[in-house]
Amino acid sequence: MRQAIHIFKKEFGAYFLSPIAYIVIALFLLVTGWFFFAGFFIYNRADLRNFFNLLPIVFSFVIPAITMRLYSEELHAGSYEILLTMPVTYFDVIAGKFLAAVAFVGVMLVPTLAYPITVSLIGDLDWGPVIGGYIGGILLAAAYSAIGIFASSLTRNQIIAFMMGMSICFVLTMINKMLFFFPQTILSVIGYLSADNHFQNIAKGILDTRDLLYFLSVVFIGLYATHIVMQEKR
Amino acid sequence: MIHVESLTKYYDDFCAVDQISFDIHRGEILGLLGPNGAGKTTTLRMLTGYIAPTAGDIRVKDYSIEEDMLDIKKLIGYLPESAPIYNDMIVYDYLQYVARIRGIGKEEWNDRIRHLADICGLNDIMHKVVDELSKGLKQRVGLAHAMMNDPEILILDEPTSGLDPNQIVEIRQIIKKIGQEKTVVLSTHILSEVEATCDRIIIIDRGKIVADDTTAAIKQSAGEKQFVSLSLLDAEFKDVEEALKGIDGIIKIDKVDSDDEGVVAVKVTVRSDADPRGEIYRTIKQTDWVLVEFHRETRTLETIFRELTKEY
Repeated sequence: MRQAIHIFKKEFGAYFLSPIAYIVIALFLLVTGWFFFAGFFIYNRADLRNFFNLLPIVFSFVIPAITMRLYSEELHAGSYEILLTMPVTYFDVIAGKFLAAVAFVGVMLVPTLAYPITVSLIGDLDWGPVIGGYIGGILLAAAYSAIGIFASSLTRNQIIAFMMGMSICFVLTMINKMLFFFPQTILSVIGYLSADNHFQNIAKGILDTRDLLYFLSVVFIGLYATHIVMQEKR
Repeated sequence: MIHVESLTKYYDDFCAVDQISFDIHRGEILGLLGPNGAGKTTTLRMLTGYIAPTAGDIRVKDYSIEEDMLDIKKLIGYLPESAPIYNDMIVYDYLQYVARIRGIGKEEWNDRIRHLADICGLNDIMHKVVDELSKGLKQRVGLAHAMMNDPEILILDEPTSGLDPNQIVEIRQIIKKIGQEKTVVLSTHILSEVEATCDRIIIIDRGKIVADDTTAAIKQSAGEKQFVSLSLLDAEFKDVEEALKGIDGIIKIDKVDSDDEGVVAVKVTVRSDADPRGEIYRTIKQTDWVLVEFHRETRTLETIFRELTKEY
């Protein structure tokens, strides 16, 4: 576990060594800020529903971009060999990289706290859904990061990793809006698969174990699949 | 120290390493020699646990790669081919990261890194980004990485590939120095390298071991023939052949093309148990030929290597 922390520190630090991190953060803030405030005064409601409605779809693009380098870059440069021949386990590597990605998303979310603070100054804001939204946001980020890491472990090409990660995340986000394509009998199953549904539940301020379990399962499946891929590479 | 038994690795259908067995003893510098694609890198990768063997067993001390890989990794310092180090990190940060993962305490970091910087000559580049380093410098950082925890076994894959002659000499000196106390395994396809650094050589070709002995023994396994080369001025080959023919121990006399004008170059094949050099000299002294060159050719590692690994 100590090794995982060292890898986490290194990976987290590595994000800020390249300009990509700052570009991603800036783009994220620009997009979310624009869409949030564009409708804010028209709705004339003191809540962040607009922002949290948008978050899953923005995440499904931004998070694969954050995770795409975690394995692909190492596989491409060959440093993967150096990493794995040091006294670390697969678990250390996966945990370190995963936590670094989630922590980076956390850092990315911090500036958006300006939105609820602004809103609370000009209106009567209910903080419950806001706190729920941020907890849900982190859970969603963890799930998408796990998927992105899995995609990254499959290829040495970062662009392919991004495309694969984005596709999976996008489908998980949008699937609840496509339900009319599916037969009645499997609707509830498909509905359960939707990350957006679970996220919106939490963003309403309701912490349900079913939603929690969903996100934890996605994280577990993504990281376990990565473990299998790593083992396959030997 | 390291015991390898019928180690085999298949990549799909391709057999990269085929049932090789050998032992590596403490304090030995072992050279793994072979043409490109012979299975050197694959063998080293299995020793370091980066890839798993298809069959066979590796034991390092009393650890088995199946169960105690983490313990083995702690004993081994490994420098992969062309030192793939994180490009965007600063050398000092990188070494610090390695020190952390290697479990070196905070108090010892600086001493250890400073010590390695001295050995590997990194003092001037400590605060440079790895990306900006030349290949030779990167290789040295890689060497420092491999030696971070003062490992008992150092495994180096082509440590001098792509370096200029000065850097090669430097790296070799470093390796020799380390080899005085540690076990070193290095792979290369450069013959002069093993000759200059290694105590023992294993030659592998197409996944099989074709020779395994000390450097001196391999060089002495010369076979039945040796050669004496002569260059003469003012002579005709026919006369030379005539004069030398009767000397005991000479099997064959051949003319060799010479670049110098007026020089007759002769290659004399000699039985390995005979040394007719004195007799040849006395014979030539009686003529008016001028002897400009006269030496015995011992079989070089190169000829042995080519004989062992030639295509059939």
